[in-house]
Amino acid sequence: MAGKARLSTRMVRYRWLFVLLLPGLAYFAIFKYAPMYGLTIAFQDYLPFLGFSGSPWVGFKHFADLFSSPDFPRVLSNTLILALLSMVFVFPAPIVVALLLNEIRLSVLKRAIQSAIYIPYFLSWTIVAALTYLLFALDTGPITQLMNNIFNQRFDFLADPDWFRPLVIAQTLWKEVGWGTIIYLAALAGVDPNLYEAARIDGANRWKQMWHVTLPGIRSTIIVVAILSAGNLLDTGFERIYLLTNSLNRSVAEVFDTYVYFLGITQGSYSYSTAVGLFKAVVGIVLIYSVNWLARRFGHSGLY
Amino acid sequence: MAVSKSTPAGRVFDAVNIVVLVALAVVTILPFVYVTAGSFASEPELTERSFFLWPRKFVLQSYEYILATNTFLRSLIVTVAVTAVGMVVQVLLTFTMAYPLSRRHLPGRNLFLGLVVFTLVFGGGLIPTYLIVREVGLLDSYWALILPLAINPFYLIIVKNFFQELPDELQEAAQIDGCSELGVFWRIVLPLSKPILATMGLFYAVAIWNDFMSPLLYISDSTKWTLQMFVRQVTVSSDMANTVGQLDPNYVPPEQGLKFTVIVIATVPILLLYPFLQKHFAKGILIGSVKG
Repeated sequence: MAGKARLSTRMVRYRWLFVLLLPGLAYFAIFKYAPMYGLTIAFQDYLPFLGFSGSPWVGFKHFADLFSSPDFPRVLSNTLILALLSMVFVFPAPIVVALLLNEIRLSVLKRAIQSAIYIPYFLSWTIVAALTYLLFALDTGPITQLMNNIFNQRFDFLADPDWFRPLVIAQTLWKEVGWGTIIYLAALAGVDPNLYEAARIDGANRWKQMWHVTLPGIRSTIIVVAILSAGNLLDTGFERIYLLTNSLNRSVAEVFDTYVYFLGITQGSYSYSTAVGLFKAVVGIVLIYSVNWLARRFGHSGLY
Repeated sequence: MAVSKSTPAGRVFDAVNIVVLVALAVVTILPFVYVTAGSFASEPELTERSFFLWPRKFVLQSYEYILATNTFLRSLIVTVAVTAVGMVVQVLLTFTMAYPLSRRHLPGRNLFLGLVVFTLVFGGGLIPTYLIVREVGLLDSYWALILPLAINPFYLIIVKNFFQELPDELQEAAQIDGCSELGVFWRIVLPLSKPILATMGLFYAVAIWNDFMSPLLYISDSTKWTLQMFVRQVTVSSDMANTVGQLDPNYVPPEQGLKFTVIVIATVPILLLYPFLQKHFAKGILIGSVKG
């Protein structure tokens, strides 16, 4: 029905829909696509008064600078270590908690626990960091005092670089694990109850039921979440890192996101920091496609 | 789920499981109880007792002090206003864009949808976005806290899918009765969308309220700070004197208590909304994950 001759009539017929569409399109043009065009400054020496189109081209100079910079190995390893710690501790935690919640038969208790552990998800990182600063404050924080008494030494959680990563991971677990269980609980609710009955008749105990029925039942959900988080692997999250960073722990705290901020916004190296951001984004896209490819190779459907 | 004959081992597991999960819930809640108790405690009690869930004596000293400081009150009012205005603007932009995209015969629909979905995978990143915001003159403007994040592509797609599921007959019937496309949207579609309107309003409002990165990037004038910036300055940077200001040079502010108090004030609105948030957000992420 949509012949070429009809296009103009359709345009006229839907003119009010286009009017509705216009503000949204303007938003995407200005705040999404113009910054993408702005990525060209990664290959320029950007000067504000010359703009995106007028600044001189320098090719891959900023990327060469990045890869030869002494900052690069440090920022890269800090980012990768945090990503690895997230993969080992943060990724499996909601799965474990969801499986445990699933074993609770008293639904009132289950709902009460769920209501409690979802709360932190809705708080800002500022509040989470503020709580961390109170609880782990040098000498006065309740957790600091507890640990000082137990181990009979003076802990300085907030400044000691060795404690930066454990604190970041602990914060993330506290804020996000409860919420992360929702998607798995939904998947668990979809597992066919007949399978459990069949397993029981075959003599499977609860552990075996969990291993052979429950886990395979939520496998596809786990894989989808894994692929999505692989794409965000280098997204250490700006706010949670920035808020815990201070002059004493910067050596381990600086990751790509905060590096871009400090160089670009506070020091004004716009082109160089854009190149750093672009490098990170490209690595992220490569990662998400590789994990997707791996998932398909191992016989799962993948995302794309 | 797994109902089995309760063996002794099974019962031990159940008991341990419940203890572990209850402990998890308690660990989650405890910090809130602690800051709330601390915000009502006197300064000497805060220095003397390291941890308590109930103050010996309830005092409102910290609340009185913080609510008398201009800087805090201003940041509270600014945040409430930006959240309210921003929520309306963002919901409006999202819904007006989602509706045309939900109409199957709209010329160019697939192109527009493709352009939206692409932004989920790739973006300009921090610095180019900052430069654009500066270019359009939004630095140090409250609009910088609203417009750059005005349409969340995920939410847009959720709303579009919702519109698409409304029966076509309704819209056709209205058009036969002489209703224009705009009239259909305003009189038929929007009244049917109240639940998702409320959900999206909550989504956006919480995001604006909690946003720390936008004010950090775009607002350098400290008289325009939002609550999150204020909280950070007082607790994380411990920059009490410059932030709160000295009301009376002879009066020592309850420094420790103020930290507890600002956290409580910044958290209470979220906790009040929490029952609605829990219900709607859970639905939202599941819709998003199934049809995104």
